Amino acid sequence: MPAIALHGLWRRFGQKVAVAGIDLAIPAGSFYGLVGPNGAGKTTTLSMATGLLRPDAGTVLVHGVDLWAHPVEVKRTIGVLPDGVRLFDRLTGAQLVTYAGLLQGLDRPTVEARTRDLLAAVGLEQDADTLVVDYSAGMTKKVALACALVHAPRVLVLDEPFEAVDPVSAANIREILHQYVAGGGTVVVSSHVMDLVQRMCDHVAVIAEGHVLAAGTVDEVRAGRSLEERFVDLVGGRISGEGIAWLRTSSD
Amino acid sequence: MVAHLVRLKLTLLRNGLRRSAWQVVGVVAAALYGLLVLVLGVAGAVALGFVDVQVRADVLVVVGSVLVLGWWVVPLVAFGVDATLDPRRFVTFGVPRRDLLVGLTLAGLLGIPGVVTAVTTLATPLAWWREPAAALAALVGGVLAVVVCTVGARATTTALAPVIGRRRVREVVAGLAIVPFIFLGPILSSLAEGAGRVDGLGAVARVLSWTPMGAPWALAPAVVAGDWTGLVVRLVIALGTVALAFVVWSWALDRTLAEPVTSGGDSRARGLGWFGRLPATPTGAIAARAATYWLRDPRYAIAVAIVPVLPLLLAVSAPEGALVLIAGPAAAFTVGWSISADVAYDGTAFWTHLASPLRGVADRWGRVAVAGSLGLVVTLVVVVGTVWYTGRWDALPALVGASTGLLLTSLGGASVVSAAVVYPVQQPGENPFGTKQGASAAAFTSQMVGFTAVGALAAPAAVLALLAILRESPGLGWVALVVGVVLGSVLLVVGVRLGGSVLDRRGPDLLQRMRAFA
Repeated sequence: MPAIALHGLWRRFGQKVAVAGIDLAIPAGSFYGLVGPNGAGKTTTLSMATGLLRPDAGTVLVHGVDLWAHPVEVKRTIGVLPDGVRLFDRLTGAQLVTYAGLLQGLDRPTVEARTRDLLAAVGLEQDADTLVVDYSAGMTKKVALACALVHAPRVLVLDEPFEAVDPVSAANIREILHQYVAGGGTVVVSSHVMDLVQRMCDHVAVIAEGHVLAAGTVDEVRAGRSLEERFVDLVGGRISGEGIAWLRTSSD
Repeated sequence: MVAHLVRLKLTLLRNGLRRSAWQVVGVVAAALYGLLVLVLGVAGAVALGFVDVQVRADVLVVVGSVLVLGWWVVPLVAFGVDATLDPRRFVTFGVPRRDLLVGLTLAGLLGIPGVVTAVTTLATPLAWWREPAAALAALVGGVLAVVVCTVGARATTTALAPVIGRRRVREVVAGLAIVPFIFLGPILSSLAEGAGRVDGLGAVARVLSWTPMGAPWALAPAVVAGDWTGLVVRLVIALGTVALAFVVWSWALDRTLAEPVTSGGDSRARGLGWFGRLPATPTGAIAARAATYWLRDPRYAIAVAIVPVLPLLLAVSAPEGALVLIAGPAAAFTVGWSISADVAYDGTAFWTHLASPLRGVADRWGRVAVAGSLGLVVTLVVVVGTVWYTGRWDALPALVGASTGLLLTSLGGASVVSAAVVYPVQQPGENPFGTKQGASAAAFTSQMVGFTAVGALAAPAAVLALLAILRESPGLGWVALVVGVVLGSVLLVVGVRLGGSVLDRRGPDLLQRMRAFA
């Protein structure tokens, strides 16, 4: 049974159709990458798959249970890191993770122990008592990741988790995610960085203009070439030609 | 280059108007208000031409100084300086510094406050129409005054930006700034009293005319008095102020361009605070979060800042009457209704609740618990205080009944309204006094409907209480107490249940709408 199964998801904003009938099966235990150009509908799809945005049509099954029919039951099993939203940033890092844990219905000792472990794992021990509003962009991503992990979800859905994160922290986060997948969890990440997805994920789906263009294991999708080349092929939009003639400072 | 900057400002204004019809409505309303001030200002200048020279000079200097001071200080606390032409955006273009400063100064006048100030100030020579030489001096002074206003405002805001930009400082300043507004009435009346006595105005004006704020306005009176030394000295003061303001602005600009303003500040809090004290349940966690925000987020404090002030104001304005007794119910309503935009205050951070296995009812109870506890304490203190002040101990049960009823009912009403409607509000860290563009018809309608509904539902206890107080009937007061508490509790439970189920259904839509505001 797939960890997440999307069937015929549609979503329209005013005149613009952001997601136009997406079908996707994300196998349990996979490290799944979602790639696509800007405005492809990645964030919209992930929001609908996690209960943050109601689809106009279609169903979302998480381990076989309909998310939009049984939201409370399903939300216990997924961890979310959305992109482009605020956090309750007047809380300290430790308070924010505690808040997320208590909202998930965990008891106090569990929340306390997990908050400590998670902040240590993402390297925020020193800043546990600093208000999140004073965090840098990368630290904010890391504390949001800790919030998504606190209830030990079966599925983790991360929208652009590596944006603004420094290479060392990114490596730490990747290691956490790999351990999580090795332990039987499922991870879905969206990203612009093809190289990262090719190295990190075992499955990938290419999305553009609200449609799935290709999906499968990374090796299937890239078909012997690099993921980036294959992506540009699928999505199109490369502008070739002689370029801009006057943009050559060496000529004068 | 200067013309380019002015044209850019005009284009920005025009494109801003194209964005939404509400923006046009806002600008038209502001323009009408500005026109009114303008007409009053020009008429005042003409009228001053008919009064005694000494009074005329004193009024011009004092009013003019207040105007200049307003330009310098108000942007720091209240509205911020118009940032459509932020100097930082011109960094990558090779604009000569002098052109940039002159262009920004002129562009800064293109706006309602700028036009009103410029026209009114340049109308001051009308007050001196009988003395042509003085009128000429007034014209020079007027031009200088306009420049002092605009360049001075740029200088103070740019120079103090690193301090004001710090989140803590701005929050405190913004919180304090409301105090003079509340006491505006008493302050003005006592000022008028002081000025009327023993030519207080003249004394103030004499001092002000030697300051950077008053000097440009004192040129014409010096001409009339034939005080040529005074004229030259004041001219030097005014010109020096302009030059100094340009230098400070230019210097501060260099500094902000080199080291951008950070909102930093090392704010830390030990331990878990409320999260360690309140029950470890979803509702308890939401209450802990709400309690933390009541302390750390000035938007909440400002919503209820009127509460401690209202009884004082009522007591001062009607020392004899029992009018002050309405302060208790008013406090109850203010605190209870303060959570009517709670989801909008969360902004997109509300996703944390949506992503959790959380019932809407739990969300509602958590928020109600904090506002309710605070409201109960505040209300009882105000009720007992006002009863003690008026000596009407017989009215105590009636007032407690009406106030508690109103508190519980408004909490219930707010729970429904905040789950049904969101609209753009100040986000945490933004100036709580700044006006939010696009605050929509939805905001207005939901508030009005909510007010009316809460008023109607809380009416039974309130009417009983009023009768009890007017007829001095303690029996009726006890009835009001029972009705207020029982009916209020029922309405609170109904409101929370209803709001909770609305939130379960509409939560994702609310988040989507708030994402679209950003």
